[in-house]
Amino acid sequence: MKQLRAILAPAATFLLLLGLWQWVAALDVYPEYLFPSPLAVAQGFAELFSSGDLWPYIGISLLRFAAGYFAAALIALPLGLFFGRCAPLWGAVDPLIQVLRPVSPIAWFPLISLWFGIGNLPAIVIIFLAAFYPILLATVAAVRNVPPLYLKVAENFGASRRKVLWDVVVPAAFPQITVGLHIAIGSAWVFLVAGEMLGVRSGLGYLIIDSRNNLRTDLVLVGIVLIGLLGLLIDRLMGMGERWVKRQWGVA
Amino acid sequence: MSEEKVIKIRLHQAEKCFRSARGEEQQALAPVDLEIAAGSFVCLVGPSGCGKTTLLNLVAGFERPTSGKVEIDGCPVTGSDRNHIMIFQDYGLYPWKSVLGNVLFGLRARGISADEANERALVALDMVGLRTAVDKHPHELSGGMKQRVAIARALAVAPDILFMDEPFAALDAFTRIHLQDELLRIWQERRPTVVFVTHDLDEAITLGQRVVLMAPKPGRIQRVLDIPLTYPRERTRDDFAFFRRQLFEEFHLVHQQAADDVEYSI
Repeated sequence: MKQLRAILAPAATFLLLLGLWQWVAALDVYPEYLFPSPLAVAQGFAELFSSGDLWPYIGISLLRFAAGYFAAALIALPLGLFFGRCAPLWGAVDPLIQVLRPVSPIAWFPLISLWFGIGNLPAIVIIFLAAFYPILLATVAAVRNVPPLYLKVAENFGASRRKVLWDVVVPAAFPQITVGLHIAIGSAWVFLVAGEMLGVRSGLGYLIIDSRNNLRTDLVLVGIVLIGLLGLLIDRLMGMGERWVKRQWGVA
Repeated sequence: MSEEKVIKIRLHQAEKCFRSARGEEQQALAPVDLEIAAGSFVCLVGPSGCGKTTLLNLVAGFERPTSGKVEIDGCPVTGSDRNHIMIFQDYGLYPWKSVLGNVLFGLRARGISADEANERALVALDMVGLRTAVDKHPHELSGGMKQRVAIARALAVAPDILFMDEPFAALDAFTRIHLQDELLRIWQERRPTVVFVTHDLDEAITLGQRVVLMAPKPGRIQRVLDIPLTYPRERTRDDFAFFRRQLFEEFHLVHQQAADDVEYSI
């Protein structure tokens, strides 16, 4: 019953939204090409699907996203571990990070396109920037939050620095790090579109921009819906991973 | 066999001061002298603020004395030692490791091979009666079982000193009595030197060959009482009551002083 409601209630919300959308479209305030109806969007979706353009767009977007996100994780995780373990150094770096972090990756775009040209790289760099800071900050915080008792016990048993890091600090910080990875995936996904709006001719962001240029607002909305759905899917997968980690760690 | 007393732990005018948050120098432990014989079971008992945990941390090497000397086996204590294992009230178990994994930690930290470590860990878990719980994780265990795991983890590395910082304080009375008996059995079998901090006078008399009564403001040793009763000690017998009374009277005195101090300071 409860599970049924968990599915039915959101489904009702979506249906309501679709109904509202259809109703507004039927009012004919805007012409169809400016305010497409849900049906038109569905047709646009079918058109993209049958022309075979859809999957490559999704594929290339996911690939760029994965490249930017994993590169960020690959660099931010070790850096976070290092800075988390070394308080004086973090004290020296933290202000710099706090200055850089609030700058939207978009603001870097002029420089990124100058430095990295056009093609896949600028989009990847944007995603990298969006994911990097949340992962770094979460990792540093997680390492600093490791209970001192864990370290005291490790010290008492004479564990080497390496063993303390890999056998105590990393696993103790891991649940909190996965929370950071989860948050970062969400905030980086937001910038996928921005990254693909300039300098590339493929991907979901390009689909939106290209469709706008052709006044195909139905396809603009197809792009928006796809980005939303994929974002939800990735977030859910990550959430499952996070819960699994917490169960394994006995902190759920 | 003659009872030749080898001094294991020696404190000579050991003093510890802390700077409080307001920047005032506070004497957590006034200069104390104490000698603890190898293989003996000594309890440090006293009200909060009497410096018993501070004293334990000095001997365990987690803190340095402000002045004076702290020696183990005639050598000054310069840091935590893998042969002197501390058992904490909060267990200090790693929640992501199984019971076996936790016990293996200390052994592997010494670079003992996986096979031998496994064997020794199982022997230690046998001693605390947790052989059947090796695959469980700490969150699946009761407080008493968690503390047994911590004890097994310590025993596995065969330490020559066990420091215990109110290890049973968070447990219910039945579990506490049970674990006290088990600890005594293990101590008699392995004979490490045990320094046991508690605020429970009965616990101190049940366990200690010597009971060091401490007093607060500043933390200091009030009295050292030898308890020459044989183990296991019957908690309801007359001789037990005799020492109990003695310690309680002394303790009462400590409390009276502490209360008077408070009044004066007002």
